[in-house]
Parts: sequence; structure tokens; C-alpha cells
Amino acid sequence: MQKYSVFSLIKNAFSNHQNWEVAWKDPTPKSEYDVVIIGGGGHGLATAYYLAKEHNIRNVAIIEKGWIGGGNVGRNTTIIRSNFMYDANARFNEFGMDLWRNLSQELNFNVMFSPRGILNLAHSDAQMNAYARRGNSMRLNGIDAKLLDREEVKKLIPMADFSDEVRFPIFGGLMQPSAGTARHDAVAWGYARQADDMGVDIIQHCEVTGFDVVNGKIKGIRTSRGDIKAKKVGLCVAGSTNILAEKLNMTLPIETHVLQACVSEPVKPLLDGVVTFGAGHFYISQSDKGEMVMGGDLDGYNSYAQRGNLPTIQHVLTGGLALFPFLSRLKMLRTWGGIMDMSMDGSPIIDKTHIEGLYLNCGWCYGGFKSTPVSGWTFAHTIAQDQVHELNSELRLNRFSTGHLLDEKGLGTKTWIG
Amino acid sequence: MLYIKCPYCGLRAQKEFSYGGDATVKRPNINEEVSSEEWDNFVYMRKSPRGKHVELWQHIAGCRQWIKVQRDTATHEIFQTAKVTEEIR
Repeated sequence: MQKYSVFSLIKNAFSNHQNWEVAWKDPTPKSEYDVVIIGGGGHGLATAYYLAKEHNIRNVAIIEKGWIGGGNVGRNTTIIRSNFMYDANARFNEFGMDLWRNLSQELNFNVMFSPRGILNLAHSDAQMNAYARRGNSMRLNGIDAKLLDREEVKKLIPMADFSDEVRFPIFGGLMQPSAGTARHDAVAWGYARQADDMGVDIIQHCEVTGFDVVNGKIKGIRTSRGDIKAKKVGLCVAGSTNILAEKLNMTLPIETHVLQACVSEPVKPLLDGVVTFGAGHFYISQSDKGEMVMGGDLDGYNSYAQRGNLPTIQHVLTGGLALFPFLSRLKMLRTWGGIMDMSMDGSPIIDKTHIEGLYLNCGWCYGGFKSTPVSGWTFAHTIAQDQVHELNSELRLNRFSTGHLLDEKGLGTKTWIG
Repeated sequence: MLYIKCPYCGLRAQKEFSYGGDATVKRPNINEEVSSEEWDNFVYMRKSPRGKHVELWQHIAGCRQWIKVQRDTATHEIFQTAKVTEEIR
């Protein structure tokens, strides 16, 4: 594989960049694979990459209905963080942070990981106490957390509304300085390029139409491009999880909902890092191009439409304006939506299933992107070893029946309660 | 914006309604032995189909009644609405 570097850039400049190698091939599906990963998003691509790299399983196919990186890995707001209170979520995502820090070097692809910090704002004494508790939990798990008072927050975001008349005054906030953002497309492409180089077949425009299960054991999948035999099959299909589960006669603690995001026109740099509003569901960061990237609530009803409705955008931006009045002067460039696999406790599921050789990776709710590397890493382990890794030992499917829920913030599908 | 025909008030904007989830989920009968599995199914497990979905909505900024809505989860087309005591076929 051609290595990307400043030297290869200069060399290719002499031929007007016409002679770059293709980054990944477009193979026709073979009749049999050791492992088939369904879903060519960030998590699927990362899983295939770590299967090849960490477990030396290279007879692997990724089956993608559309094109790689066309789903949620290309639709998220690129936030990377590990500011979780529960040990299981904190350890899992902090392991992921370590993967992020080295990802550009490892993939030889600049994912533009930019640890500029995430600031969760507090608007009451009770919220400050809750953040102090969460910050302490994070620090006990080796994650950096700083509790900031109102004046410290004001230094970071002077353009927020600090006047006396506001409905939700800023009391302070919880900062994770090592959190940040990355370029989401580059993550998908970087993993795809390396996985392809190690022998993984990335098969796009190929829809899974059914499964071949014999005596409780997976034998293969049926697709729009023919049947494919497989010893093991992993599902990494986010919002489409229930569609495939139905074909397997499985019912899951997952509902599919649409989540919207939007960007403003680009402006000069004014916001460093990510800021979340604590009195409504609104968060904001500024992209490298200068656009303000914003998101918030689900539309709030089951949806497979990869687009949302205007009332939710209005609601989210109402919260945004309460925090940052300057937003009222910006034009909105575009809005879009992605379909989320909302688990019932707000935490993901990476596990085996009752079908031998079938593995499940779903339930990412609002935050799948940040976990892309660690999700792939642990899912590859779970598939290769046929057992969960310590890191995902609490992210199991049976936690709903045993009562070991990971209800980090009381999120989940029931937005009408929260 | 969705427009939902409330069986009591007529056609109203979605903003007047609050969502209540899958209407086909049945709570296990009270005063009867309920297995863990039945309870799990009721509390956590959802089909979440792509296509026709019968769901509960509450006309929270109107008559405050709970209603049933049959809606396509991919196109958002609403086929039928009914009082919560009525069946949607």
C-alpha cells in the first residue's frame, strides 16, 4: 500500500495527482468468508480492521447496503469524549480515547483528532453537585475532569449569555480537557483503507435480505448479490438493527429514532471545543471550516426516515439561543438526520446472541461516533474469541433481564419522560 | 411537521401532541403471576418496525386524551387515528 506522507504528496504533485492508488478495492463477493460484518459504517469498518490486525482473521467481508461512511459515521457531530460516571462506560470509552490519540499514526490517515475539551454547563447548585460527583467518578477512573466555576466558564465562553435576566444562569461546568472532535469521514476512510490492505473485502451496494440459520447456528447470509457462507456474522447496522433482527426472529431492547443536527454558515474562530447546555438538550462546537455544528433532541417518535422535522430543530435552537444569543445573527447552512439505535437504558450492546456465530453491536443512541475505535476493538475480540472482553463485559444484552442497567443519564428511547 | 387527526378535536399540528410509544405492547395483567420474561418483554423489548406502526400519542396541548395513530415510520404517512379504546386494523 502506498504510504501517505508529505513526500508522497510532493511526488504525486508532479503528475497532477492523477496516479494515486485507489484507497480500497471494489471486489465481487466470494462465496465464503470466515467472518462477515454487516454494515460498512465506522463500527463495522473498525471491527474488520481490528479482526485483521489484532486477531489475524483476514478472510473477512464487510457488507454495506449503501456506500461506506454514508450512514451515521458521516452524519454525526464528531464529538469524542469519555465523561461517563459509571465504571463500565468510563473504562470502555477511556480505552477508546487511547485509541483515538494514536489513530492518525496507526491508520496513516489524518483523522484530525483535536482534543480541545468538552464543557458541560451547569445551571443550578444541584447540577453543580451532580457534576462534582461525575467528575470525581471520572478521576477515579483516570479520566481528566475539572469542575469550573462561573468565572472560569466566562473566560472560556465569554460570548454566552452571562447577564442577570437569563432564565437559566450559568453556575459553572464540568470540563473534560482531553475530549474533542475528529473528522468523521476520515475515520471511516482510514479504517477502510487499512482493512482493505490487510485483505478485507469491502462490498458496497449489497443489501442483506436474509440469514441462513441451521439448528441455532449461523451458516451464512442472503444478499442482493447472492448467498454468502460465513462461519461468523457480526451486525453493526445502528438504526437498521431492528430490520435485521426481525429477519432473525429476534426482538431487541432497541427502538429506532431520528436525530437531527445542523450547521450554520462559517464564521471566524470563536468557540474552542464543545459546549453543552445543561438546561435543555443542545450542544455546539465549531468546525475547522468555521461552521457552528449543533445538535440536540431526537424528533421523539420512532422513525426510519434519515431526515427530521422542523419543530425539533426550532426547539433545539431555542435552547441554543438562550445560551448563545449571537446565534440569532447566523444563517443556517443545512440540517440533516440520521437514524439512531436507541437502547432502553441509553448504553450500547456488544455481545454474542442466542444464535451461535451471530454477534450483535448496537444501541449506540446519541453517541456512537466517539466509541468507533473501541467498539470495533471489543467487537473484534468478541467475534474472534467467541467471548466478551472485560471492557464490554457489562455491555451485554441480558442486562435488561438481570437488572444491571447502565442508565447513565436516564436517557434512552423514552424522551417524553426526560 | 406531522399533522395528526385527533378523534376528539380534528386535524392538529404535531406540536400539540406528545409521543407515547408502541401501542401494541400490552401490560401483563395485575394480580396474576408474571414471569420475568413477560415483564422484560413489556418493559424493554420493542419490534420497532420500518413501515406501519401503531403508536400512542397524547393530545397534551389540546383535549389531553391519549389516542392511537397508525403511521409509516419511514415516510411518516399517517393512515388512521383512533380513540385509545378502539382497535386499529
